[in-house]
Amino acid sequence: MAGAIVEATGLSKRFGAVMAVDGLSFAVQPGEIFGLVGPDGAGKTTTMRMLAGVMRSDDGSITVDGIDVRAHPEQAKRHVSYMPQRFGLYEDLTVEENIRFYADLFEVPRRLWEERAAAMLTASNMTPFRKRLAGQLSGGMKQKLGLTCSLVHTPRVLLLDEPTTGVDPLSRREFWQILYSLRGEGVAMVISTAYLDEAERCDRLALLHDGRMVHCDTPAGLKAKMPGAMIEVAAAEPRRVRDAVQKLPGVAGVLLIGIGAHIHVDDAGRRLPEIAAALSAAGIATTEIGEVAPSIEDLFVALLENERNAA
Amino acid sequence: MFGRIFHLLVKEFLQMKRDKSARFRLLVPPVIQMLLFGYAATFEVFNVSTAILDLDRSQESRALTDAFVHSSRFRIAVPAASERDVRDAVERSDVQVGIVIPAGFAELLKKGRTSPVQALVDGTNSNTALIALGYVGQIAGSFGQDYARNLAERTGRALGRPMVSVGLEERYWYNPNLNSRWFFVPGVIGTLALITIVNLTAFAIVREREVGTLEQILVTPLRPVEFIIGKTLPFFLIGLLEVSIVAGFGMAWFHVPFRGNPLVLLLGTCLFLLAALAIGLLISTVCTTQQQAFSSNFFVLNPMFILSGFSFPIPSMPQALQWLTYADPLRYYLVIIRATFLKGVGLDALWPQMLALAAIALGLLTVAVLRFRKSLD
Ligand SMILES: Nc1ncnc2c1ncn2[C@@H]1O[C@H](COP(=O)(O)OP(=O)(O)OP(=O)(O)O)[C@@H](O)[C@H]1O
Ligand SMILES: [Mg+2]
Repeated sequence: MAGAIVEATGLSKRFGAVMAVDGLSFAVQPGEIFGLVGPDGAGKTTTMRMLAGVMRSDDGSITVDGIDVRAHPEQAKRHVSYMPQRFGLYEDLTVEENIRFYADLFEVPRRLWEERAAAMLTASNMTPFRKRLAGQLSGGMKQKLGLTCSLVHTPRVLLLDEPTTGVDPLSRREFWQILYSLRGEGVAMVISTAYLDEAERCDRLALLHDGRMVHCDTPAGLKAKMPGAMIEVAAAEPRRVRDAVQKLPGVAGVLLIGIGAHIHVDDAGRRLPEIAAALSAAGIATTEIGEVAPSIEDLFVALLENERNAA
Repeated sequence: MFGRIFHLLVKEFLQMKRDKSARFRLLVPPVIQMLLFGYAATFEVFNVSTAILDLDRSQESRALTDAFVHSSRFRIAVPAASERDVRDAVERSDVQVGIVIPAGFAELLKKGRTSPVQALVDGTNSNTALIALGYVGQIAGSFGQDYARNLAERTGRALGRPMVSVGLEERYWYNPNLNSRWFFVPGVIGTLALITIVNLTAFAIVREREVGTLEQILVTPLRPVEFIIGKTLPFFLIGLLEVSIVAGFGMAWFHVPFRGNPLVLLLGTCLFLLAALAIGLLISTVCTTQQQAFSSNFFVLNPMFILSGFSFPIPSMPQALQWLTYADPLRYYLVIIRATFLKGVGLDALWPQMLALAAIALGLLTVAVLRFRKSLD
């Protein structure tokens, strides 16, 4: 693709009998947030590690800014930053010393990284903790420090593997604020996440399953791919709702949510009265029932369901 | 490249500076072990608990008993009234040696005949047993000689054979008094350096792997080889420092002489430390947790110690084990360190050991670096 900064073609990695990544191809533009989503073991982390150049792919090619990562990992690494699921901080060094160490390894001039680190610490409300040992930070602060360390050398590509898992909602918001401002600076980001509300914030999403890419599109584009419609039922006993409706004609699947259930149907107008009738016949009280726009979560369940049925 | 290694070194020393207990852990245990080895590990035997049964009750038998006691090798631990008492005391491990002087002991001596003395030895600690038995023979033998000479003089050589005494005069080179401390102290230096360096290296790298910092810094332009150099160089320096301190302490406290060229010892120490670093690095590539590293270190270091010839003589080992000792860097280092300390010999005598150490260090380092790179996948 023209103008892409990251290009992966036919990427594959096998661990013994497990095909962790199987023929993955995608491209990421500068200033684009590219999301990798999929169930546990789908191959998200493996893909990131190959992009970061810490793991060699068995097959396929990766280029970052035109540099072949497999052939020249050291050169490619200058432009890339990788934040693993758990960022490895030196807990016996202070916040500042950790930042300085990473800056030094990337050979960033002192004036430059000091300026940049100060700005980032301010943006993430970390300035008061500059002299604190990293081991004494909260989980959210550690992730923000990890991000700061990853960014001191102004990478052009940022790889984030579940960066906000276990981070409180407020820190998550701050975290995304930083990502958006990076997008404004033209940094390309590949992010994997377990939070589907975060997936919705990505510019494009790749849905991975068993190492293969099932779908890749913008969130809106993916939603358009979903066949049929979604009916939301608010009820006190979601499990009884599921049992009552899942065998009805035209129902493809039922997903339990906090307030009730999402029922995936082929045609909302036709199935809505049928479902309402079935629920009242079963004696289930509902507070609300109606068609809703599918969420990203509905989308993935539906798309993976399709995938499984096809297989 | 040098810049990045330098930054890694700065970080390592910063962490070390912050770890106050590390200085204590690096200095105090080696000195304590040196003291323990110096005092406890000795080939000499004193105060062996003993039961002596004198069934003869003659002037001669009392003189022999005195000779045993005054040697300070034996200590009468249990009074014995019968042969049964002696046997029981040995069986119950109340004593390690039982000596029985039979009735008629003096009678035979006076006739100028050989007079037997019985010694029962608890062989469960075969080392002590053999040494103690040697003392029994030595003391009884010299008592017999003195007695025979006396008897011959008194009887005008009518009784008591004129002794053609063939005295074996033993003379030990380099360590004339067979001071076993002189033998042990240099050995302890080598063993302690090995244990410290293998442990430090293995743990430090496994810790980075466990915490996730290893993966983190390998996504920076830092190369695996640069990481290895930056990570192990401080331990190399610590190893040199530790060898100097423990050696200095051994010389000051136990008066072990240093007769050789310090530069020869330095060369041997450098080669040996490289081999130790490589072993630590190798262990770190097969372990993912510090727990695993701990047990691996134990399984690697113990055999190296046993095969080194530190306390068990290599020529008495089965042939297969003897071959194995050739792969043990500690074996060569012990030769180098003992030779430089006690014999004062130089490279002209020690080059085979130096060469062997260099080959082992090079081989181990190559394998360790290759394995380390592979373990990153
Ligand atoms: N080093 C490894 N050795 C053997 N198998 C591995 C290794 N790393 C990953 N795998 C396997 O490869 C597959 C993909 O793993 P990966 O960690 O990439 O998944 P993921 O999508 O990141 O999952 P999660 O959401 O749990 O983080 C899994 O089946 C996993 O067990
Ligand atoms: Mg993962």
